[in-house]
Amino acid sequence: MSRTPLDTVEHAAATPDVELPWAELGLKKDEYERVVEILGRRPTGAELAMYSVMWSEHCSYKSSKVHLRQFGEKAPENDAMLVGIGENAGVVDVGQGYAVTFKVESHNHPSYVEPYQGAATGVGGIVRDIIAMGARPVAVVDPLRFGAADHPDTKRVLPGVVAGIGGYGNCLGLPNIGGEVVFDSCYQGNPLVNAGCIGVMRHEDIHLAKASGAGNKVILYGARTGGDGIGGASILASETFDDAKPSKRPAVQVGDPFQEKLLIECTLEAFREKLVVGIQDLGAAGLSCATSELASNGSGGMRVTLDDVPLRDSTLSPEEILMSESQERMCAVVEPGKVDRFLEICEKWDVIATVIGEVTDGDRLEIYWHGGKIVDVDPRTVAHEGPVYERPYARPSWQDALQADDANKLPRPATSEELKDQVLKLVGSPNQASKSWITSQYDHFVQGNTVLAQPEDSGMIRIDEETGLGVALATDGNGRYAKLDPYTGAQLALAEAYRNVATTGAKPLAVSDCLNFGSPEDPAVMWQFAEAVRGLADACQQLGTPVTGGNVSLYNQTGEAAIHPTPVVAVLGVIDDVARRTPVAFQEEGQLLYLLGDTREEFGGSAWSQVVHDHLGGLPPKVDLERERLLAEILIAASRDGMIDSAHDLSDGGLIQAVVESALLGGKGARLIVPDGLDAFTFLFSESAGRAVVAVPRSEEVRFNDMCGARGLPATRIGVVDGDSVDVQGEFTLSLTELREIHEGTIPALLA
Amino acid sequence: MTARIGVVTFPGSLDDRDTQRAIRLAGAEPVALWHKDKDLKQVDAVVLCGGFSYGDYLRAGAIARFSPVMEPLIEQAKAGLPVLGICNGFQILTEAHLLPGTMLRNNHLHFICRDQKLRVENAETAWTSDYTAGQEIHIPLKNIDGQYVADQHTLDTLESEGRVAFRYLDVNPNGSNNDIAGVANEAGNVVGLMPHPEHAVEPLIGTGRTDGLPFFTSILKKLVNA
Amino acid sequence: MARVVVDVMLKPEILDPQGQAVQRALPRLGFEGISDVRQGKRFELEVDGPVDEAALARIHDLAESFLANTVIEDFTVRVEEVAEAVK
Repeated sequence: MSRTPLDTVEHAAATPDVELPWAELGLKKDEYERVVEILGRRPTGAELAMYSVMWSEHCSYKSSKVHLRQFGEKAPENDAMLVGIGENAGVVDVGQGYAVTFKVESHNHPSYVEPYQGAATGVGGIVRDIIAMGARPVAVVDPLRFGAADHPDTKRVLPGVVAGIGGYGNCLGLPNIGGEVVFDSCYQGNPLVNAGCIGVMRHEDIHLAKASGAGNKVILYGARTGGDGIGGASILASETFDDAKPSKRPAVQVGDPFQEKLLIECTLEAFREKLVVGIQDLGAAGLSCATSELASNGSGGMRVTLDDVPLRDSTLSPEEILMSESQERMCAVVEPGKVDRFLEICEKWDVIATVIGEVTDGDRLEIYWHGGKIVDVDPRTVAHEGPVYERPYARPSWQDALQADDANKLPRPATSEELKDQVLKLVGSPNQASKSWITSQYDHFVQGNTVLAQPEDSGMIRIDEETGLGVALATDGNGRYAKLDPYTGAQLALAEAYRNVATTGAKPLAVSDCLNFGSPEDPAVMWQFAEAVRGLADACQQLGTPVTGGNVSLYNQTGEAAIHPTPVVAVLGVIDDVARRTPVAFQEEGQLLYLLGDTREEFGGSAWSQVVHDHLGGLPPKVDLERERLLAEILIAASRDGMIDSAHDLSDGGLIQAVVESALLGGKGARLIVPDGLDAFTFLFSESAGRAVVAVPRSEEVRFNDMCGARGLPATRIGVVDGDSVDVQGEFTLSLTELREIHEGTIPALLA
Repeated sequence: MTARIGVVTFPGSLDDRDTQRAIRLAGAEPVALWHKDKDLKQVDAVVLCGGFSYGDYLRAGAIARFSPVMEPLIEQAKAGLPVLGICNGFQILTEAHLLPGTMLRNNHLHFICRDQKLRVENAETAWTSDYTAGQEIHIPLKNIDGQYVADQHTLDTLESEGRVAFRYLDVNPNGSNNDIAGVANEAGNVVGLMPHPEHAVEPLIGTGRTDGLPFFTSILKKLVNA
Repeated sequence: MARVVVDVMLKPEILDPQGQAVQRALPRLGFEGISDVRQGKRFELEVDGPVDEAALARIHDLAESFLANTVIEDFTVRVEEVAEAVK
């Protein structure tokens, strides 16, 4: 093998005129010039690899940073927050000495290229984020969005994504307790595969990604490093090698859930024995990210010998090793005296572990290869001081016309027969239909702590067997609402997730978000992003639920066509005793159905306007956050005090969708009466926010009414749990058998 | 006195802690066993729990079957030690030839997680004596390689000797021969099934039913009365 | 009638967790000296009529678009003589 001289720091200083392929690696000219300015010389190939990948949109948040700051600036006072934005995941105090960490991330682009592996490695990545905080992962959720349900490519993407999430998550032993599945043709070439994970630990077990204490060892453990996900770095490699190499490095990473399961157990055992000073998972940007973040968050510098990294492919160049995104790897900082024990634990779990470097008392990140120094940088300039863009944004010219196209003016059903037909059409439409064909491919039961799982309003996990302490998590997002008005749409996503958590009886505590948008270089998209972030930050401030972390996914667009702006919001809640949880299913015949909140004529962005008229226009429902807070308080109190036996939040599809779901899940029907002041159509289909339907045992009716009255929450008796059909008095009757057939038949018919 | 019941953890085992909890809730003492253990720590019975041992790569249970702990386990099971294999544990027991037949991928090719109705066909094994024959129970099922198959002769033998311990009711969720959900060996001390009784031991949790608890009370009574 | 065999393997640079797990189990079972294991799929296609160039080209297309996921897998196509079953 003949090769050109190693591009060391010395070599770089001596050869200032060597041209490097910075543009091919995605850097802009001024960004490259800044690298040269920071270093005071041209970068080596390895340094260029690190800067280019760490300064990418994905790792540096360069387009979104200026807006995301609002989550910190507007963060409400909240005693529960233990670790905030900036770490691998936020951490919240849930009482009794427990801390909970949770986060939602996107794996959109990889899942379109290779649905199974893209989705699988998405789960793997978020789970490692949670482990890296010191927590045992206890559940996952998956908010998913695909193109039109009947589009041929959806049949390629969706089953692969679902099998990948199941194949990976099931094999890790993590119950899948929630998420969403939404179809809309705007996601045709850009499916959204978001994955969330919850982890639990004791307060004293919180770990952070920092390398402190000169002399401490840096240990890389987990899978060997291969050429995964480094399309870009191959360009550099071809500059330094003249002989033949594998022609193309795989852009697709393959996940190994078995390896990840071992990584979880081995890491938790090392935590239990207090062997770890700092820890970081290897995700996007692999070692470049892990070493520069650990070093820049710690007190000293770091020296790494790249030759010691265990490789799967011995032809990898140092640049490729630094950029590789091979899965199932982690990096720990361990005191010298504890290294042997750490390695022993890794060996017990058959996990490969290698000391690759140590913390120094300097402030540089130095990386060596074949004896030469190939990286010598201030790690902060790599990890934290990337470019920041104030991208131009402007309200799109079409926004006014879109909002003027009022959905409230669409033709409404003229007869009871037509109303009934539209109900059937709605509950059988892909977005409103049962997703059990999908969710039954996920394990809900493993770990033996699942209290609620989809299709409940939020997933709920018991975290203490003795006291019954539990946490709930709901994720929501409505791209149609956000397209009509991104500010309101983001607030509605938060309001719905907040409401979903409260509906199950848990108190909403904190927020994570996954912001899925088109190209930030389009001022219209950037406006949507700015508005959504502003809306979400304002609403979090008002509801007292801080954003603890999250993820931004941009460039979700095909050509000029961007996806609907899709902020997905996850709300975490806590419940003192899971025995008090409230399920969606109707429990007992004879219980009284109450509609909580105000129903207005609000059809903009509604499921009805989509299913019946294929229409998107007008304004989304109004947001009243004070009302949301009041509704949540009532739902939590009613659940705690045993005043309600089932509850369901009202969102897309409106009241009829909620009642049909509760009836089918409970196997018990309902008789409904249209309340005074409302027409049947608005009663059934309106999507006004801040509402829920609850079933109240007759013995609790007075107490429940008194509570709502005293607190000023409108509570309207709308019917009773009864029989084996859903009956709307004076309008129509639909048997549960017929409803079940249409509600549960749609998805298998399209996808099985 | 109580009974000590071992739960083996292989790399990739998932339900080991859940199974220990179920044993505890039944009133017995769970004992953690490690796949590299060369002895069984004098336990009175062993449960091989669910999961994806070694990722279920090659074949489900195929690699775990050769773990060090399996040597004493196979020997003692043949001598009468009560052994229960749940899901992956069942697959390991068939790979180890302690139980007949094998598991193929589900006939619909998907992982399936559901609350499954079963009929207890044999209430005389070490693990089923707290049920009554013919009793209908609901136990969660969750697997991708759950289709029980055996040759005709084996099936005939299992049927005629009453060794089909559990049968799927209402829905055959994976295409198993004769709707078989679980089988026993000739002596009735070794039982394997695909559904997960350890996930049906507490009200509120999972499906909220406790139909799986009798597995663990059956063995406890047998051991304590022995 | 002829048989065409399509072998599908993960590309060499792609991680093969299955092969790796098998390889790691080998020393425990006393099989030494095997440094790598990769696991693939073999398809046997029974072809009606002659296996001429056109037929092979069609099978190549079939393998490329359906049997293999060329994002992560390579495949080979070869003709296998079918021995008459001896009764």
